[in-house]
Amino acid sequence: MTAVRSNGTAEQLPPGQLPRLVAPGAPLGLEAHLSRYGALPPWPAGPAGQAQLIASVERAGLTGRGGAAFPTARKMRAVAGTAARAGRGRRRGGAVLIANGAESEPASGKDAILLRQSPHLVLDGIALAAGAVGAADAYLCVDGADPGLAGRLLAAVAEREQAGLPGVAVRVVVVPEGYVTSEESALVNFLNGGPAVPLYVPPRPFERGVGGQATLVNNVETLAHIALIARYGPGWFAAVGTPAAPGSALVTVGGAVGRPGVYEIGLGLPASELIELAGGPSAPLRAILAGGYFGGWVPLPEAAAVPVSPPGLRSAGASFGAGVLIALPAACCGLAETARVLRYLAGQSARQCGPCTFGLPAIADALAHLAWRGRDERAADWLRSLLPLVDKRGACHFPDGAVALVASALRVFAGDLERHLSQGPCPDASRPAVLPVPRPPGGRR
Amino acid sequence: MSPAVSRVLRLNPIACDAHGVCAGLLPELVTLDPWGYPVIAPGPVPAELEEHARRAVASCPTLALRLERQAKG
Repeated sequence: MTAVRSNGTAEQLPPGQLPRLVAPGAPLGLEAHLSRYGALPPWPAGPAGQAQLIASVERAGLTGRGGAAFPTARKMRAVAGTAARAGRGRRRGGAVLIANGAESEPASGKDAILLRQSPHLVLDGIALAAGAVGAADAYLCVDGADPGLAGRLLAAVAEREQAGLPGVAVRVVVVPEGYVTSEESALVNFLNGGPAVPLYVPPRPFERGVGGQATLVNNVETLAHIALIARYGPGWFAAVGTPAAPGSALVTVGGAVGRPGVYEIGLGLPASELIELAGGPSAPLRAILAGGYFGGWVPLPEAAAVPVSPPGLRSAGASFGAGVLIALPAACCGLAETARVLRYLAGQSARQCGPCTFGLPAIADALAHLAWRGRDERAADWLRSLLPLVDKRGACHFPDGAVALVASALRVFAGDLERHLSQGPCPDASRPAVLPVPRPPGGRR
Repeated sequence: MSPAVSRVLRLNPIACDAHGVCAGLLPELVTLDPWGYPVIAPGPVPAELEEHARRAVASCPTLALRLERQAKG
């Protein structure tokens, strides 16, 4: 195996240049990967090496790209700390790494593209992050949307072993379909032999996860960024993005744009520029859904200048989530669009907690009633009273995300609601859906 | 019971099956939502209700309710 052995340098991939994570063209095999990015940086050996890598990730300001935007270094440090403490006490020592590539958000496609195009960047990140927290085992969790993916990832793992690259044993696991199956405690539950549904926390996975060990759960894109930070350093990482949201991120742009798809942007790019990057509006627009079905609506034209980043979208009343942005055309009913998503989400509840099991269908019913029947003030009051009865009352944050989406719809589409209440549904309510909502195989649960 | 330690009620929503015993025994702090699941008043349990809170916890048929220490601060 004649892999490139030179260390990665910033010259290899100029700091300001995008894309970083997904090279255009064919998927990168190991050799092409190493020639694009340079050799894997030194294995984070011993406490000093481990602390050094975590400190680099901290200085880079990397936050999780799976949806929560939690500071990655803090999570790594927590796992490394628990693992070290547990090893001395009566609890089982060691740690486990879960690379989360089970992309259950229907509007998101970035993890699938990353795993297809740059599998070795993710596997580099797995090796390095596992080393940094002292994990001997790693699981790469993917969904079943691309039936060939798991096999190709296994081949990539084998290719690395043959080339003698340092790393940990990586198992590739296909996670059952469903919106909540990729929630971090659901992954832990599944890998422990249980169903892929969220657990009551604490203990959180970083305290007690797979096999009772401290478990680091990172999105696959987060791990790919770690692979680049370890090679080129935190300064290189932060050469794009903003001080509040450094680095780049993969985003999925959908809806009424010329070229819907996955793009890599420097965080903080104004929403209008992202839409231009995706081919510009294909119809007059009225709003943007940011953050996917966990996010919120932002009205246009106000949304045009909003920075696409976790803090930028948070201050606009939405969220960055897993980097989903959907442009809603003007000839569209925001209530009907949101009602269809809520119907889908209600069916995706794990049905473990009462307020989610009963509350989400009640919210979906009330919203559908307002969208397609209207003229019912009581339904609007009932809907408003339901939101606080569901918010933050589940074991996981799934119901909170659904509530936030509805709350943003009631705010941004307040005019539509008024019209639906006084005159009945608008003609746009019967147009075909813009937001993608998968139909479960068995119909509604 | 040191007065420096306050206690909070914590519900495991997965374990809860909406029996409603807690709301019957501790109506001051627990009400029921439209589906019969408990809504717990936020904040620490007042000292004068702690005995009742204990009874509600002990009576939960699914052991979903717990009284947990919360360090003051």
